Amino acid sequence: MMFGWTGNLLRVNLTDKTIKKEALCPKDAELYLGARGLATKIIMDEVDPKVDPLSEENKLIFMTGPLTGTFASSGGRYEVVAKAPLTGTIGASNSGGHFGPELKYAGYDGIIFEGRAEKPLYLWIEDDKAELRDASHLWGKNVFETTDMVLEETAEDARVACIGPGGEKKVLFAGVINDKNRAAGRSGLGAVMGSKNLKAVAVKGSKSIKVADPEGFMEACTDARTKLKEHPVTGGGLPTYGTQILINILNQSGALPTRNWRDGGIFEEAEGISGETLTEKYLVRNKGCFGCNIGCGRITRIPEGKFESFGEGPEYEAGWALGACCGVGDLEAVSKANFICNELGIDPITTGTTIACAMEMYEKGILTEEEVGRAIPFGDAEGLVELTRMIGHREGFGDMLAEGSYRMASKYGCPELSMSVKKQEMPAYDGRGVQGMGLEYATSNRGGCHVRGYLTSPEILGIPEKLDPLVTEGKAGWLKTFQDLTAVVDSAGICLFTTFAIGLPEISSMLRTATGINATDEEILKAGERIWNLERMFNIKAGFTAADDTLPPRLLKEPLQSGPAKGKVVELEKMLPEYYEVRGWGVDGVPTAEKLEELSIE
Amino acid sequence: MISPEKCIGCRTCELVCSFTKINAFNPKNSRVSVFSYDEAAVSVPMMCMQCEDPSCMKVCPTDAITKTADGLVEIDERKCIGCKLCVSACPLGNITFNSYEGKIVKCNLCEGNPKCAQYCPSGAIEFKEAAPGTMGRKKVIAEKFSELFGEVNE
Repeated sequence: MMFGWTGNLLRVNLTDKTIKKEALCPKDAELYLGARGLATKIIMDEVDPKVDPLSEENKLIFMTGPLTGTFASSGGRYEVVAKAPLTGTIGASNSGGHFGPELKYAGYDGIIFEGRAEKPLYLWIEDDKAELRDASHLWGKNVFETTDMVLEETAEDARVACIGPGGEKKVLFAGVINDKNRAAGRSGLGAVMGSKNLKAVAVKGSKSIKVADPEGFMEACTDARTKLKEHPVTGGGLPTYGTQILINILNQSGALPTRNWRDGGIFEEAEGISGETLTEKYLVRNKGCFGCNIGCGRITRIPEGKFESFGEGPEYEAGWALGACCGVGDLEAVSKANFICNELGIDPITTGTTIACAMEMYEKGILTEEEVGRAIPFGDAEGLVELTRMIGHREGFGDMLAEGSYRMASKYGCPELSMSVKKQEMPAYDGRGVQGMGLEYATSNRGGCHVRGYLTSPEILGIPEKLDPLVTEGKAGWLKTFQDLTAVVDSAGICLFTTFAIGLPEISSMLRTATGINATDEEILKAGERIWNLERMFNIKAGFTAADDTLPPRLLKEPLQSGPAKGKVVELEKMLPEYYEVRGWGVDGVPTAEKLEELSIE
Repeated sequence: MISPEKCIGCRTCELVCSFTKINAFNPKNSRVSVFSYDEAAVSVPMMCMQCEDPSCMKVCPTDAITKTADGLVEIDERKCIGCKLCVSACPLGNITFNSYEGKIVKCNLCEGNPKCAQYCPSGAIEFKEAAPGTMGRKKVIAEKFSELFGEVNE
């Protein structure tokens, strides 16, 4: 019997509609922990890294961690993993809400989907019973409609993860959305789900999760919860203003990328889209994911006018991408566009940044009004909302935008206008003003991404200690530690936001008492390094090289024009060789044989 | 005392309750359950309210349910025969038959130190009498009504 983990996996073959229960390999569980790590290990073992991500040879895995569904604060997380269609890299996307814990209460650590269904199906799991059901009547429905209909057909207290029209139409940045508003949003894993004709997964469970040392575990969780409650970010800023609190902070640091990163890091209308404004004018109430004592979620309402709407968010990254990056300072339009992203099941970061890229192409005369169907200058609030809708349905010019900014800009001969790394759009921190984030984007295993090694924490917020954001020295070492620790957090099944207040000792202590594994803090961090290197190996086998560890020319050649980081570009050439060195990789960016052996990677 | 307007729907109470009672995590074995209504902007933690005049006590054929001097509605497991009459009688649905434990379960206030109140991150569950000092809360709820009516009038 396993503790923390349930010890069971469900393997669902959509081609021949078979469902098998399998045992989780305890050795893999200890080496790769769970969620992101364990699912990547399975993908590495079973999927050729060179497959077409939208072919039936790709597999799609939903995986929880050993802390998911337990008393660990914010233990509501699960990870969706597959080879990603947007980037061609490993794709791993994390989500909260209540779906992950419910899967564990049903008795499973994860589900492996393989093959492709002939007609739309959904999976319904109730403890030991699992069945594939026809989903033809759900095809075309948005996330909210689908969730309500599936709950109606299964059980009102079940939990649902599904795709919207975006995933069905294989928008390359479609996400998997659970509990209506929580998203495994990035890298296009919703498109993989759509390519498999899998519309939804519903689950209801009544089993218990046992931990190895109940008393010790309770103590470790209580300690972590107390620290979260007392910390100014997790106990103050996030619950009070939500993640949007970062808009003003980054703007003041001169690192809030504005108008497709063209106009520097200061958006003159930032106040209008800030967390403070959201709270004051539109907040209905706070919402917490499962077992979370931070509670950063926002339920918001735009009460009237042309953008009248109700839903969750926007979160900081979405608020920035649909706001500052498009030059839109109207929070009502930004919120509306964000709600549409949730309904249609598309990633708001790539949605906003791709629209921003199109806006710049329009202003440069590369795109015409005729082609797009409307004029789209920066700041066009109505255009933003309309294009968001068109992307989700691949309607008109939305069909082009649905390919992401890199493919679109390349088609028009201007790939340099795509603010992406490995074809995935970078999020809301200008690396020119936050040097470590520049290195983070260049080396992230899923392309442009902020949650693989969040150096904004030390560089801007001063957690755990304040680093000068404009200095490059030492950032490579910091980044390695942050990347490895983040891999542990994601794989354990808790929320990355906990790391503002707690670190390796607290997380290791929860993992040990939950699972009974006899590992030191250092060994647990090593598991994070192992996961990072395994992801890297997947990408190398998929054909990526050191040449792909780069940034858009704008960040390397166009200095910021104003603010605290005036005159700065990302000094990647200084940081990257050092990064390879601290990682124990060759100058070609490939993990050495010794490194792989040290990490027990075959 | 329960304040639905403060509840963020995180279900921490369900986790800590099940752990306290069965030493494992399982919301289905919790004595408290949270129901969330996003449109109305409330989440309601439901648990035994320790009624002044408990219906469950009246229908119990074996007198297993009693009201103690300090106000707790208590089930004597030795007397309980599992007939589930109390489950039907509770007007709030706050008594359940738990198949895991094979017995009737409801909140017993953790012997005077309810863990749900201790760990509730938003202060939605508090362990205190809902008596005199609740005027402020009435006002909060009244304001929500007035907002709703205001919308209707427009």
